Amino acid sequence: MEARRRGATIIHVDPRFTRTSAMANVHVPIRVGSDIAFLGGIVRYILNNERHFHEYVVNYTNAASIISDEFRDVEDLDGLFSGWDPEHGKYEVESWQYEGVDSIVPAAGHKEAVGLPGGGGPGRPRQERRLAEERDETLRHPRCVFQILKRHFARYTPEMVEQICGVPPDQFLHVAETLCANSGRDRTSAFAYAVGWTQHSVGVQYIRTASIIQLLLGNMGRPGGGILALRGHASIQGSTDIPTLYDLLPGYLPMPHATYGADLARYIEANQAATGWWSEFPKYIVSLLKAWYGDAATKDNDFCFNHIPKVTGDHSHMTTVAQMADGKLDGYFVMGENPAVGSVHGSLQRKGLRKLKWLVVRDFVLLETADFWRTGPEIESGEVSPEEIGTEVFFMPAAAHTEKSGDFTNTQRLLQWHHKAVEPQGDARSELGFMYHLGRRLKQLYAASTDPKDAPIRDLRWDYPTEGPHDEPNAEAVLAEISGYTVSDGKPVPGFAQLAADGSTASGCWIYSGAYRDGVNQTARRRPRTEQSYVAPEWAWSWPANRRLLYNRASAAPDGTPWSERKKYVWWDAGQGRWTGLDVPDFIADRAPSYRPGEHDLGTRSISGIDPFIMQADGKGWLFAPSGLLDGPLPTHYEPQESIVQNFLYRQQCNPARHEWRRRDNPYHRAFDDPRFPYLLTTFRLTEHHTAGGMSRWLSWLSELQPEMFCEVSPALAADRGLRHGGWATVTTARAEIECRVLVTRRMASLRVGGRRIEQIGLPYHWGYTGRVRGDIANDLFAFVADPNVLIPESKVATGNITAGRRAQAGAARRRQLAMAAGDATMAEAARRSHEAPLRGAGPPLDQPSILEPKS
Amino acid sequence: MADNGNGKRAGGWPLLRQIRERDLGGLGETAYSPRTQALHARTRDADRVVRSVCPYCAVGCGQLVYVKNEKIIDIEGDPDSPISEGCLCPKGQATFQLVTGSQRVQQVLYRKPYAKEWETIPLERAMEMIAERVKRAREETWQEEDETGRKVRRTLGVAHLGGATLDNEENYLIKKLFSTLGIVQVENQARI
Repeated sequence: MEARRRGATIIHVDPRFTRTSAMANVHVPIRVGSDIAFLGGIVRYILNNERHFHEYVVNYTNAASIISDEFRDVEDLDGLFSGWDPEHGKYEVESWQYEGVDSIVPAAGHKEAVGLPGGGGPGRPRQERRLAEERDETLRHPRCVFQILKRHFARYTPEMVEQICGVPPDQFLHVAETLCANSGRDRTSAFAYAVGWTQHSVGVQYIRTASIIQLLLGNMGRPGGGILALRGHASIQGSTDIPTLYDLLPGYLPMPHATYGADLARYIEANQAATGWWSEFPKYIVSLLKAWYGDAATKDNDFCFNHIPKVTGDHSHMTTVAQMADGKLDGYFVMGENPAVGSVHGSLQRKGLRKLKWLVVRDFVLLETADFWRTGPEIESGEVSPEEIGTEVFFMPAAAHTEKSGDFTNTQRLLQWHHKAVEPQGDARSELGFMYHLGRRLKQLYAASTDPKDAPIRDLRWDYPTEGPHDEPNAEAVLAEISGYTVSDGKPVPGFAQLAADGSTASGCWIYSGAYRDGVNQTARRRPRTEQSYVAPEWAWSWPANRRLLYNRASAAPDGTPWSERKKYVWWDAGQGRWTGLDVPDFIADRAPSYRPGEHDLGTRSISGIDPFIMQADGKGWLFAPSGLLDGPLPTHYEPQESIVQNFLYRQQCNPARHEWRRRDNPYHRAFDDPRFPYLLTTFRLTEHHTAGGMSRWLSWLSELQPEMFCEVSPALAADRGLRHGGWATVTTARAEIECRVLVTRRMASLRVGGRRIEQIGLPYHWGYTGRVRGDIANDLFAFVADPNVLIPESKVATGNITAGRRAQAGAARRRQLAMAAGDATMAEAARRSHEAPLRGAGPPLDQPSILEPKS
Repeated sequence: MADNGNGKRAGGWPLLRQIRERDLGGLGETAYSPRTQALHARTRDADRVVRSVCPYCAVGCGQLVYVKNEKIIDIEGDPDSPISEGCLCPKGQATFQLVTGSQRVQQVLYRKPYAKEWETIPLERAMEMIAERVKRAREETWQEEDETGRKVRRTLGVAHLGGATLDNEENYLIKKLFSTLGIVQVENQARI
């Protein structure tokens, strides 16, 4: 809104017209699941009309790099890239490599979705020498990335965009032209996406397509540019930086794989890059091990590297839950999370919970995941009863952010400290306290063990000072360990540049190194905004090294001068021989723009003066990704797992590398034209509720603002299906049947796709079966199917059906049937009323769990 | 009526003031009484103001937590924040109810296998039971090698799913302890 006040044009692309659309200059309704076609159309528009920022593209991206002559595009292979291995259902990435490079180019961060380095093939991902890739800076070579890109997107014409997305050409062209007109030396444009973009079987490639646009237009690493994820949880960025994720260690170091991580040397070999910033990799893993295992970690024992368990493939959330449903897990910890509502396919989630030996839930309120055995839909329907469920459940009340100190990392990588205001009441405790005391007890339980498998627990450094009436550990002491210190004297390190690979430093997360610089909690800094520049470098602390804008070397031209006065941000000060500007330069401070590495230079010496993207082995922004992705070096439009149309571009209907769970309790619809499920479903959030509702549906203030589950449908769909505004509807998939109130609104547009009218149904996903306001669970409708790179479920699109009226409620329906059979009209009437009368969500508030008044 | 802000004219019969001020509707500042003049925001009586951050979404709006007698009496937006400039959305504004509301469970609840209802148990007892269960599950499901003979040194018998509203320090202890125990199925909202 601030941007609009200053004259920016805001374009909102969304299947629904929302409150955001009302504030935007342009709203573009689009078919869910078709964004790559829309964005790909913009890429084609930029290239065909030569609207790219030439000097930026040639110098800062890999547009000039020449790709191996073995590479074949989806345009040649009808929807598959070269390297497809149909037997294993995955790609080998060798043919996607740069010409003249003898091994796989390491991708920044080495995202190892299924534990294979380099993103796909078993090839060695390490660079033995300076990238000797061939380049053509005229961008004319037929195998240079620029030309490959041009051919790849050639068929994404405005007419094709209309066909696939349902967006008319004039509207599409207006968006493309506005974007181009607002990019360049003097202007920048930004993309903001909500994480719904990631919740597709091609989610990562959605964001890749936006990255290609932003690199072509020169909008990366510059003020007012970039791609901004609008994320829904206070520290969702933090929980990937310091991951509670199976495939990562803190700071985006991969979890060791049984094949590539047998010992520290092999692990480092598989993950270190010879060039670019990831050449520093050994310093970060050794410092992490020193932080975890202290004096026990020595050079002779690989710094206790083998104390860390090995992954062997996919151990992600959905895979774990599927194994749980098969009875393969004993215990499950759920902390501040509500998978019975927030994860897809709730009935499979709850089936998993029923098969556990024990479950620990930590939260503020008795949410659905804790109470599944008592009030879940399967109990209500009579499918199972509590007496048949053997799961032992512990509910542990959690302390609120006002009752503990610590920091959240917001969506712009800013670590902000919140101070404890009061003590938690009753048994409520922080997760910090819970984990600390659990660890302390386990150390005691294992103290006498001499079994080698228990050595990690004995060696674990776990000596945080405690304080207060509940003996909670001091959160600043934990931050100090994360930030890092010199082992000999315990002094805080200034930042990651001071970390070492010889065991002389410890740091729990290298990218957070410096957050406790000089022994000062940098994340607690709060210099008022009015007393500093708009960049606000003294408000809290951002990783890495308090840099607010990543890759900001790109905000200056190759010669180091700002692209324009209007967009100056970071530049080369020739007099001082250093980079300077409004932000901390995200570059080697004294590396001159004219510096070029020698052919044999390795490590950070290989980063040239015009390599802004220092985390990449070649220092360039990747328009074409030779590695790091499991489903192709370029984004391609594929239909969702469940669609209502065939893919207009290729015979290959869906992302061939997508992750499916083929099992009886996870049924899929036909890929397209399933006559049972003729409509598209999508989910969304309301400002007044928070994700699965644990922090909002129990509050009277927020519940009053949004009291009831509903669906949004267009007037045309309402007419087709006899849906009445304010009435009831039942939405069905092969996974579930849910009921909700109907909101008939022109905000849901009927679109024309492939020459026919299509209808989409919007469903907020906040409701569940406990809480002050209750309702059916939208996510129950969706299946387990995921993006192959990050294993995030496709929860933003599926097909389904909608009918007027409430769903069959098994218990009530059965009672009515019995009553009718017995000829008792009064009982039948009572049963009918009990079925219809109590509006879900309109019952008395349930402030306290009903344990206090046990029901028979 | 510009000088009425300091309440000098608040005394006396309101009707006379209304006539004097030509405020016949009684909707202007003549409506002040000595009592309303003395009213002030409850935040002014706070013993201390604690700097905080909104716990809902990832924008990271600044919050000021007002504390009196060791109880939170209000939570407002922080005008110093360059992110939010004092604003809070409906959820952020409901933070006071989130942290002080009667909906919060204060006791550890326990459900025995096959039981029909919850019961309460002491916190220390629950901690002891959980630690014992982790140890037992780890012993019973420990894998030194996988089926192809590779060293894995782990357990697949215990898993974790964490919310993304936890602090970084908390996530750090979760990852550090669970990895050390050999638990690899440590997952997060970020995957959802």
